[in-house]
Amino acid sequence: MMHIVSLVEIEVGRECAVWQFAGGFAFTRRIEAMGIRLGTKLVKVSGSCFGGPVIVRAGNVQLALGHGMASKIAVQVETDAEGDLDA
Amino acid sequence: MRRVLLVGSPNVGKSVVFTRLTGVYVIASNYPGTTVEFTKGCMRLGDEQVDVVDVPGTYSLEPSCAAEEVAVRMLDEMKGDDIVVNVIDATKLERGLNLALQVLSRRKPTVVALNFWDETKHTGITIDVPKLEAMLGVPCVPLVAVTGIGLKDLVGKIARARSSEQVFDDGRRWDEIGRIISAVQRVSHRHHTFWERLGDASVRPFPGLLIAATVLFTAFAAVRFTGEGLIGYVFDPVFEGLWSPLMMRLSAVLGSAGFLHQILVGDLVDGGVSFTESMGLLTTGLYVPFAMVMPYVFAFYLVISFIEDTGYLPRLAVLLDGFMHRVGLHGMGVIPILLGLGCNVPGALATRIMETRRERFIAMTLIAICTPCMAKTSMIVGLAGRYGASALVPIFLALFAAWLVIGFLLGRFLKGQSPEILVEIPPYRMPYLRHLAKKLGMRMLWFLREAVPWVLAGVFLVNVLYSTGAVGLAGQAASPVIKRLLGLPEEAVAALIVGFLRKDVAVGMLAPLNLDLRQTVVGCTVLAMYFPCVATFAVMLGELGLRDTVRSTGIMVGAALAVGLILNLVLGVVGG
Repeated sequence: MMHIVSLVEIEVGRECAVWQFAGGFAFTRRIEAMGIRLGTKLVKVSGSCFGGPVIVRAGNVQLALGHGMASKIAVQVETDAEGDLDA
Repeated sequence: MRRVLLVGSPNVGKSVVFTRLTGVYVIASNYPGTTVEFTKGCMRLGDEQVDVVDVPGTYSLEPSCAAEEVAVRMLDEMKGDDIVVNVIDATKLERGLNLALQVLSRRKPTVVALNFWDETKHTGITIDVPKLEAMLGVPCVPLVAVTGIGLKDLVGKIARARSSEQVFDDGRRWDEIGRIISAVQRVSHRHHTFWERLGDASVRPFPGLLIAATVLFTAFAAVRFTGEGLIGYVFDPVFEGLWSPLMMRLSAVLGSAGFLHQILVGDLVDGGVSFTESMGLLTTGLYVPFAMVMPYVFAFYLVISFIEDTGYLPRLAVLLDGFMHRVGLHGMGVIPILLGLGCNVPGALATRIMETRRERFIAMTLIAICTPCMAKTSMIVGLAGRYGASALVPIFLALFAAWLVIGFLLGRFLKGQSPEILVEIPPYRMPYLRHLAKKLGMRMLWFLREAVPWVLAGVFLVNVLYSTGAVGLAGQAASPVIKRLLGLPEEAVAALIVGFLRKDVAVGMLAPLNLDLRQTVVGCTVLAMYFPCVATFAVMLGELGLRDTVRSTGIMVGAALAVGLILNLVLGVVGG
């Protein structure tokens, strides 16, 4: 089953694919130019702690995004039949 | 003259390519944003001399921040026969092509350099270069800039650069890129390397913070060990064994007294030269920069340059981002502040890595007030060291506390917000030793050029102040502040005056005053905080303009007096 959540919500180590950018046009363009766009497969390397950034890897590109930016990126993850994220 | 513009995303190695092409050394490090201003050099192309320009990195020609606008403007200003060398990270081809297609659509003679070619092998990437050339319509060159592999080929192809005739649909650029990628690139599956695992571990709070503590502690220990070693085994023996007898001879020749003797040799202490107290141009004036400060500056830059080139600093920035937001900055603010611990001048310049003017103001103010440069630190350790930890701990604790409080207040009350961090984290790389040596040499040269003239000017000023009796007058005038507020002897005013020029000389001037523990702590802390040295002040003036520099200076003076008064009162109570 597919599940749509924000990048902040998925746990560290999980693979996902970018589904939608909720930010404005400039934000989207900037993130795209840095190597993350719709459909890009990501692995979350580190979660946000104490309001710090989320770190993701896409291929050989590794980016740190502030908590607010990460919450504006919706991603698609595979889940088990119950839709449980911790599958 | 024809120009060659080096264009590419941040951290693809443009500066290294620039150095290789022109022989002009520019600082390059393993994090995005090292080059914030364009640098120009020249090279030979056949029998023609051409200018080479190192353009600040940009991810796209549709700029989203100020630094990127510089790059776009420079491309706009190109003349007809100017050439673009588009440097791409070969391990990040998709992203590189996004910029490349935008560059190619400008129809300028272009060459694409595929840098980090060596890293494609262990990342399991193969790129069909002839096919890529055909699809892009311009020459493409595999390159390992840091070792120089492929450089000759690049120079040859720059001479044959041409503008692409391929037509790319700009509206469907990502589809075009996808088409090229699937035709030229093969990626084979591979396992994560040790360095990648370490890379991941060092950005997670656990064990990242532990790693950070270890790295910083090791760095500190290495700086101290190297600095002390150089002083103890090299510089002190040279000055005491060789230079001191020479100065005594000179002193005798000059008749042991008189104006020239005072200026060149200074006061004799117990019938001999005292390098820390004589205050002559040839005694203290040389001993302070060369034997007290330079060894630590060397040690500091050795260690920090190594750390820079590994790629650790952006990881530290990410790790401390949450904390840095509390002092009005974001994580990348760690980098200028760390560099400021060496010398405030490059620290203040590196604040350009911050996106907004507000953040640059905060970072520069924090650097100037409470980031003691190596010159200050080594002199403070030298002066306060005789009281041991009971003097050193309060001094550095006070500076750190002031850093937190001022940062918090500025972050809270300055208009605007600190933007969120958005930064690329480079892979760990083994520093290339020849490059490291060159960077270190360059930084030492800068230091000597910046520091030695001002130290000599400072020492000269000391002599003028004392020989004209100006110290006495200034001391009386400033007595309410110096004596009452800070509890220092009136003569300390001379140190505060000289401190406008150089802090190391100023701290050194406290030595003959025989200060007690409380006065030493107050004196060192106030001297460190109340004003940046003249070189840093000049940079701030250039970066912030007059109004903000005056504001920043006002904060410094206020903070220095407040912290000095608090220390004076607290230590007065504690010390009885």
